[in-house]
Amino acid sequence: MTLSQNSEYFAGESLNVDRIRRDFPELSVKVNGNRLVYLDSAATSQKPMQVIRAVDEFYSRYNANIHRGVYKIAEEATAAYTESKEKVARLINANGIEEIVYVRNATEAINLVALGWAAHNISKGDHILISEMEHHSNIVPWIILSNRAGAVLDYVEIDKSTGLLDDNSLHENLEKSPKLVAITQASNVLGTINDVKQIAKLAHKRGAKVLVDAAQSVPHMKVDVRDIDSDFFAFSGHKMLAPTGIGVLHAKAEILDRMEPVFGGGDMIKSVEYHSYTPNDLPWKFEAGTANIEGGIGLGAAVDYLNMLGMDRIRRHEMEITKYALERLQDVSNVTVYGPSLDMLESRVGVVSFSLDDVHPHDVATIFDRDGVAIRAGHHCAMPLVTKVIGKPALSRMSFYMYNGNDDVDAAVKAIGEVKKIFRIK
Amino acid sequence: MDLYAEEIISHYEHPHNKGKLDAENATFHEHNPLCGDEITIHLHIDNGRVDRISFEGNGCAISMGTASMLTDFIKGKTLEEVEKMGVSTVIDLLGIDPGPGRLKCATLSLKTLKEAIFVYEHKSVDSGTRNL
Repeated sequence: MTLSQNSEYFAGESLNVDRIRRDFPELSVKVNGNRLVYLDSAATSQKPMQVIRAVDEFYSRYNANIHRGVYKIAEEATAAYTESKEKVARLINANGIEEIVYVRNATEAINLVALGWAAHNISKGDHILISEMEHHSNIVPWIILSNRAGAVLDYVEIDKSTGLLDDNSLHENLEKSPKLVAITQASNVLGTINDVKQIAKLAHKRGAKVLVDAAQSVPHMKVDVRDIDSDFFAFSGHKMLAPTGIGVLHAKAEILDRMEPVFGGGDMIKSVEYHSYTPNDLPWKFEAGTANIEGGIGLGAAVDYLNMLGMDRIRRHEMEITKYALERLQDVSNVTVYGPSLDMLESRVGVVSFSLDDVHPHDVATIFDRDGVAIRAGHHCAMPLVTKVIGKPALSRMSFYMYNGNDDVDAAVKAIGEVKKIFRIK
Repeated sequence: MDLYAEEIISHYEHPHNKGKLDAENATFHEHNPLCGDEITIHLHIDNGRVDRISFEGNGCAISMGTASMLTDFIKGKTLEEVEKMGVSTVIDLLGIDPGPGRLKCATLSLKTLKEAIFVYEHKSVDSGTRNL
């Protein structure tokens, strides 16, 4: 059921946003009498009909448990779930489905590495290296683990003038020969794209394993886990058009072979005796109990949709909107934008965090909502970055996807005007 | 009625009862992890009544504006009266229901105030207050 490249979705080399929007039922919902202007895809994306239908079709036509039944619909369900893994493996250029473990989300993927790999390979005095621009999902598991193991958690600093990771800080910290380097590929606050391929190369020279938090990159750009040479690679389905509750841990097969399962139960075993068990083949060894079948099938349909549009086209489209947003915000007084500047668009995903004078972002977001403009306000689950590095209790953030256009940015800029009026700001 | 009416913005920009309190005998600190709003309520309780009250903190216009209005309203009230207060007290003060997304901002000061009083009276915090 692969969608072929369909010309109505394109306008020359660009995306036809009007056509794409028609696939997303949520985007025709009215908010306070206005068109919904959805600028919060970094939190979760909207879902196209193609994904909603795939889930609906599973429950209406071939609902059965996988890897168990020998009847027709069970075989169909198993095939659809497995096919979804094949699609995901191709999307990120993995060797095969043996490296694709389905979990709930990127957070669970990272916790699985902490419990299944790090807990057995990191001990007292060892260093773990993360960065100041990590999401809580790539901070807290390492705080828990380092407290338990007596390991030392180090942070690569951010170069505040560019919004990029500080090279000197990276090199200094790598000198400590960390056992694990866990870095985000794209920041959910600054939008910064990190050169994880180069970081992996440097980290491997020091003998470290490398985990990439790809929650904000996989939905928006072409990624290649073999080219990056990551050992672990984590992302969520719900940020890339799929349902909530399905996420992916990619890991090199030789690491997964040696890694202990974290959860025991059905489907993760080949055989069980009174006091021993034989684990199942990869990747099933890490998926205990009945899987999130609808999630897997939905994720497969989401990957089809992304491929139909093309990851490179999606990336270009988002760069254009980001450029437009940065240009427009430049002309608005009392607005501060964070992250890489206009001349560094190549290093930025479609995430634009800003503050408006001293107005609290929650007030900004509430006033935006009156115009039907949905933005995120808060610390974006990245408290060390927002409160310590940037030094604000919270920020406002707009984030873009293939269904956004410059008209959405215009709506946001207009809403900034409304906030200024209420708070009497020039 | 508008959530961002002139009155709340004016309280936010020029808060009443803001600062520390000399000779306080009850205080409590609260933090809203969702938006990072922070507030400390200071109280001087005398003869079962709120004699003096002040607050310190930072946050959005709704949480700080409401704190200013609430501290005005609470002066002279008996502890018994305060213990009975809930969401409706805050909605009456604001003149509008801020809606589910912002209710926690509006009730933060009342929650903190009630917690200060429960602690002062050596009582455990009741369920209604915990869920404010």
